[in-house]
Amino acid sequence: MSLRRTMLFIPGNNPGMLQNGGVFGADSVILDLEDAVAPQEKDAARFLVAQALKTVDYGTSEKVVRINPLDTFGAKDIQMIVPCQPDVLLVPKVESAQDIEGVTRLVAQAEMEGQKPVQLIALLETAKGIALAYQIAQTKGRLVALALGAEDYTAGLGAARTKEGQEIFTARSLVINAAAAAGIQSLDTPFTDANDEDGLYQDALTGKELGFKGKLAINPRQIDVIHGVLNPTAATIEWAEAVVQAIRKAEAEGSGVASLHGKMVDAPIVARAEHILQLARKLGVEVMQ
Amino acid sequence: MKNSIGREIPEVIEGYGKTIPFAGAFTIQPAMNRQAPKVKSMHPGRQKVVDTLESVFQQIPITDGMTLSFHHHFRNGDGVVNQVLATAAALGIKNLKVALSSVFPVHETLIAHMKNGVVTSLDTNYMSGPVAKAVANGVLAAPVVLRTHGGRARAIECGQLPIDVAFIAAPAADEYGNLNGVQGPAACGSLGYAFPDAEYADHVVAVTDYIVEYPLAPISIPQCRVDYVVKVDCAGDPKGIVSGTTKITKDPVGLKIAAMAAKVIEAAGLLKNGFSFQTGAGGVSLAVAHFVRQRMEQEQIVGSFALGGITGYMVEMLEKGFFKKLIDVQGFDLEAIRSIQTNPNHLEVSANFYASPFNAGCAVNKLDVVVLGATEIDVDFHVNVVTGSDGVIMGGSGGHADAAAGAKVTIVVANLLRGRLPIIVDQVLTATTPGETIDVFVTERGVAVNPQRPELLQQLVAAGLPVKEIQELKAMAEKIAGVPQKLKTSDRIVAVVEYRDGSVIDVVRQVNQ
Repeated sequence: MSLRRTMLFIPGNNPGMLQNGGVFGADSVILDLEDAVAPQEKDAARFLVAQALKTVDYGTSEKVVRINPLDTFGAKDIQMIVPCQPDVLLVPKVESAQDIEGVTRLVAQAEMEGQKPVQLIALLETAKGIALAYQIAQTKGRLVALALGAEDYTAGLGAARTKEGQEIFTARSLVINAAAAAGIQSLDTPFTDANDEDGLYQDALTGKELGFKGKLAINPRQIDVIHGVLNPTAATIEWAEAVVQAIRKAEAEGSGVASLHGKMVDAPIVARAEHILQLARKLGVEVMQ
Repeated sequence: MKNSIGREIPEVIEGYGKTIPFAGAFTIQPAMNRQAPKVKSMHPGRQKVVDTLESVFQQIPITDGMTLSFHHHFRNGDGVVNQVLATAAALGIKNLKVALSSVFPVHETLIAHMKNGVVTSLDTNYMSGPVAKAVANGVLAAPVVLRTHGGRARAIECGQLPIDVAFIAAPAADEYGNLNGVQGPAACGSLGYAFPDAEYADHVVAVTDYIVEYPLAPISIPQCRVDYVVKVDCAGDPKGIVSGTTKITKDPVGLKIAAMAAKVIEAAGLLKNGFSFQTGAGGVSLAVAHFVRQRMEQEQIVGSFALGGITGYMVEMLEKGFFKKLIDVQGFDLEAIRSIQTNPNHLEVSANFYASPFNAGCAVNKLDVVVLGATEIDVDFHVNVVTGSDGVIMGGSGGHADAAAGAKVTIVVANLLRGRLPIIVDQVLTATTPGETIDVFVTERGVAVNPQRPELLQQLVAAGLPVKEIQELKAMAEKIAGVPQKLKTSDRIVAVVEYRDGSVIDVVRQVNQ
């Protein structure tokens, strides 16, 4: 599973930012054709993003494009963007499994022969999308993560968006739970005040503690802070290594369950430990293979 | 002939004279005495206050061919240069040399004086705006001499820039010629760049719009060398002199570069108690200070001093205990003025103290780190801060070459691509600061270390910084933007770029139209 601690939005109509998007060290860049781009600029942005995908070196960052919803410009976006080989499409305002299935069909049609299959992430940002989170998460094939978009969601609820985020507690939990149940990633809503570093830290920490595996970012300045929250500590890495060692030992002995310091180690705990080790490797920490 | 960095320098340049080719940053050792300035006297009861500039011109008297000097602490709010030269023009004086430590857009009137022969020679450390453009296009027959801030102080002291009359724009003065920069409507902070002029000029004229009762306090430039005090209606426009606050850049690429520069400082092992630091007032430079400060706060490090042009941000670092002292040759904003006036740990120093290579030790020698900019850098790490991508003069060394020479580690920060131009070239158009004094080049896409600093290279690699060969960074930039066409220059030399020791590091040739 790809690391997506940070997914950085880059406006699809800003050539300078498109060119520099790869320098900030985000795990993913999201070249945005939707909210960042005014309707009269959609065509120009689509051309720019297509060119960026073909020519700009985004280094180790995964290339994600946020397309428009299918009922606006989404089909056009898919047709032009998919052959340019993005890694992932971020699909906005997903409200049902059918929405993802519709995108899946168009993507399959647009893909070139031999192209690495384009994955999908569903952005849930309406009450209906949240209510059907598990159904959406179960869409087979290309879906690799659910992401929460809290601004539109709270506006739809008629709830005020606060820094503390009490109003999105339920939505966060539902997204995390639905994704976990379906075996895919969950990604947290962006923190929208780019100048409030402490607020971002608290918000990212809340998301991590609830179970999110990554967070959307609206400004490059947010990346280091989010990584700081999501990166494993030395103690967690040691724990993860011990878990993996214990389960390997148990497997060698013909058992699927192990114990570590008197606590049971089963599949979900092993999965968490492996995720931590993957993170550590990405950070250049030498850990067991 | 070629100087030691391969620049073609004529042995004699018309309008400049015989050249000394640059031969290395610390090669020239002076064997001479300082110029002895004129001995002055002032009988009791005589007045120094003169009503008009015209009257000063007549009393001195100022005649054709003299050298008039000015400082640039009023920056783009300066009113003194223009008033003095208008007076010269009105009196029909010709053939003056203007030694103005930096030229700003407000000095546009110089162009007319150059065209009509009032001013035929210019000596400066930095120039931007219309005058720079006019000079680059050949408005003067004689080449402009471009010096460093330290080099100007040296040239004055060594008699290589003799000054007939120094006009010192003074925010506050008393009737007997004591001056400071911190009071009055045109307050500018430190008067550091004017100190050598006051000390060595044959005649010193204070120009002010704010005269207080004798004696003025505090005193920056004392009465002993000041011959005349002229009150004008307005010496400068505060809006052009100081900015309200200097702000850290919000540009994400600039911030990325700044964060990386701060990591370089830490990886080099310099971020510890007693740390000394200089950075510019520009957005990215100031952002480096911001990231350095964050680390100082986390690690509870107390630095020794910050140096150079002082901004409110550095004042805050002094007041919050991140540095014990500020050494201030020039203040940029209102906070810097407030602080230098009230805080005994905020020191006002001269250009000589700051950066002259020929004294018994200048402040830049005590720097651990300086962070500097560049308009171009080449694969030998030579830096250009004089000419832009169009070959036109748009800056100058100022303290660039001085601080680079003095600091233990000199870091140049710049975007790898400026607009759509790669910043790394095979050979900079105009060499300002020699590569031997540049240690690290930091861009958003990686860090290059001068091969002459293998130990530093190891430290940065060990710290996990994205270290690349400068050729590799150049190739990255060219892959994105292509290789720009070379500018074509003519043979005509419009400026001579002096290194801080007075040798010629490069010349600026007029760009073909």
